[in-house]
Amino acid sequence: MLLKKHHFLEKNVFFLTLGIFLTIIIGGIVEIVPLFTMEQTIEKVDGVRPYSPLEQAGRNIYIREGCYNCHSQMIRPFRDEVERYGHYSLAAESMYDHPFQWGSKRTGPDLARVGGKYSNAWHVAHLDDPRSVVPESIMPGYPFLANTELKFDDVADHLKTLRMVGVPYTDEQIEDALADLHLQATEDAAYDDGFLARYPKAATGDFDGNPEKLTEMDALIAYLQVLGRMVDFTTYDPSKNLR
Amino acid sequence: MSQGSMAQTASSAVDYNMDVVRWGALATVFWGVVGFLAGDFIAWQLAFPALNFDFEYLNFGRLRPLHTSAVIFAFGGNALLCTSFYVVQRTCRTSLFGGKALPAFVFWGYQLFIVMAALGYVLGVTQGREYAEPEWFVDIWLTIVWVAYLAVFVGTLLKREEPHIYVANWFYLAFIVTIAMLHLGNNLAIPVSLFGTKSYSMFSGVQDALTQWWYGHNAVGFFLTAGFLGMMYYFIPKRAERPVYSYRLSIIHFWALIFLYIWAGPHHLHYTALPDWAQTLGMTFSVMLWMPSWGGMINGLMTLSGAWDKLRTDPVLRFMVAAVGFYGMSTFEGPVMSIKSVNGLSHYTDWTIGHVHSGALGWVAFVSFGAIYFLIPVLWNRERLYSMRLVAHHFWLGTIGIVLYITSMWVSGIMQGLMWRAHDQLGFLQYSFIETVEAMHPYYIIRATGGALFVLGSLLMVWNVYKTIRGDTRREAPIGVTAPAAAQ
Repeated sequence: MLLKKHHFLEKNVFFLTLGIFLTIIIGGIVEIVPLFTMEQTIEKVDGVRPYSPLEQAGRNIYIREGCYNCHSQMIRPFRDEVERYGHYSLAAESMYDHPFQWGSKRTGPDLARVGGKYSNAWHVAHLDDPRSVVPESIMPGYPFLANTELKFDDVADHLKTLRMVGVPYTDEQIEDALADLHLQATEDAAYDDGFLARYPKAATGDFDGNPEKLTEMDALIAYLQVLGRMVDFTTYDPSKNLR
Repeated sequence: MSQGSMAQTASSAVDYNMDVVRWGALATVFWGVVGFLAGDFIAWQLAFPALNFDFEYLNFGRLRPLHTSAVIFAFGGNALLCTSFYVVQRTCRTSLFGGKALPAFVFWGYQLFIVMAALGYVLGVTQGREYAEPEWFVDIWLTIVWVAYLAVFVGTLLKREEPHIYVANWFYLAFIVTIAMLHLGNNLAIPVSLFGTKSYSMFSGVQDALTQWWYGHNAVGFFLTAGFLGMMYYFIPKRAERPVYSYRLSIIHFWALIFLYIWAGPHHLHYTALPDWAQTLGMTFSVMLWMPSWGGMINGLMTLSGAWDKLRTDPVLRFMVAAVGFYGMSTFEGPVMSIKSVNGLSHYTDWTIGHVHSGALGWVAFVSFGAIYFLIPVLWNRERLYSMRLVAHHFWLGTIGIVLYITSMWVSGIMQGLMWRAHDQLGFLQYSFIETVEAMHPYYIIRATGGALFVLGSLLMVWNVYKTIRGDTRREAPIGVTAPAAAQ
């Protein structure tokens, strides 16, 4: 019987370790590797683009503050979720998210399509003191964001690193990164065809209501305002993307 | 099983390296209290958000990873380091490989990892991956420490004086090997600069998500389960003075457990943008995982055959056995929650938080407390613990705390899940999101109160451990009036 042969493994450290390793490696290979090789893993959609420098800066602040501990960015295909948050999330919408921020807990609402739902002024008031606009909220206040100048002078290096892991930033985007970072938070951006061509649908303007300086608040709101707005769902056909 | 009795006849002539085990026991107690306190503090923050003080270094988003890492990696990790170094020496009847220096490097290197990770969270240095938050330079340091840990453990197995490798060591070995693989696989990232803290994950979106939960679920499966099953397989037979119930069962459930666990990760991603085939695969294996999990529970509980009366008189054994009971409960609840239709309700709610804590508090913490109470008198050559009554009080405070915690989270989780999907007669959503948040308030207070009881119990342990090491013994009657012999 096989169990009798187990004595062999119990007396041999090398084969016991090897046996363990071979046993534990299979599941991951079968489940993860095909996600990289199967073409239909990520839907074919129009509109998903790399984040603008200011959005990426905001995304880094989102991660730094641990927003993912309470907010998901993944709408499930249920009637109530689609009514509450909008179209269910596609894999394509997070294809440039390094790392993904789908989250695992909704202590607060899902944010996958929060972009454009609230005004910049609402976000400023809400981040400064959540209970000033939502009295029952249990979210922490982030008043320091509006007082902290955004430090992202090495933004070009960040974009270059992201390009190394697969985000298709162009040379032009990397060259203009620092200028774009500052431009997006001004009223001029809305009239800059070059910027809008590089980052279509980006929200622009002075987000935090303080044109004097570029703050972390500007960056975070620029990120929140683009969430879920990239894909054009009028041209999306779910039946072509069964996975 | 014969090895169980062999393990008990360790020769006193061997020059065991107990320094690192003693440090590990103290570190377990210390980090345990830190982690429980952090957890209870953030639990109160959810009930009373003013406790965030609008202060960046104290907000929930930064402290929650501090809590999870403190309990999993600092408390749980030190419990595993400490007990694995003890168990491998005793069951191999040889001292640790690597002399004094290598095990000491593993211990102090691991503490440095904990401190670097914790400081990072508070300062906002994080990868934003749950349970894998430390940034790239901390990850590299942990890799070095872990290789040293593997070398000490395998080296000790290689120079064993026993013909067989005892079952507890299979589990410890599987834990060390698998955590190495998961850690490397899930932390592939490119730093922006060699002198900066920030890095970007190699993977994105859906691939990143499954890699993360392949890691995340097996941090549970191998860090919090396989390692602690190793603990169970040594300390329960030892304390109950009975051999392990079934040798065959231990073989079957060991290999089945480590094979099946790895597949279960996708159940964290049900109904997400992860392709359906992967979700279904994850669910199927999660349900199958119920069997080997209960194999472990049965083997642990049935070891008590003929010694059940000891539960009445020995609160240390009570801790270990209750832990196995909680293990059985949460490994039943887990497969249930991995079923897609159940998960559709439970995911994103507090039910998940309650489930995790029935495992973390009930199983991981309780079996560790049992092992610590067992080890402290042995490691410091004391006749017995300072007070068994205090152990009994700790047990009941902890148990009541856990019950308050998990029942309140069941209610709040299921209630919130149902409120989210409720529609009124006209077909509109019945509740706004914030109404469901408001409804959580009483349950958050009950949960935090349960957590406070758990913290209080752990403070009794600190006092008991301190007095025992000092050499004090409290004069007290043996527990269990009708018991023929004293607990010790």
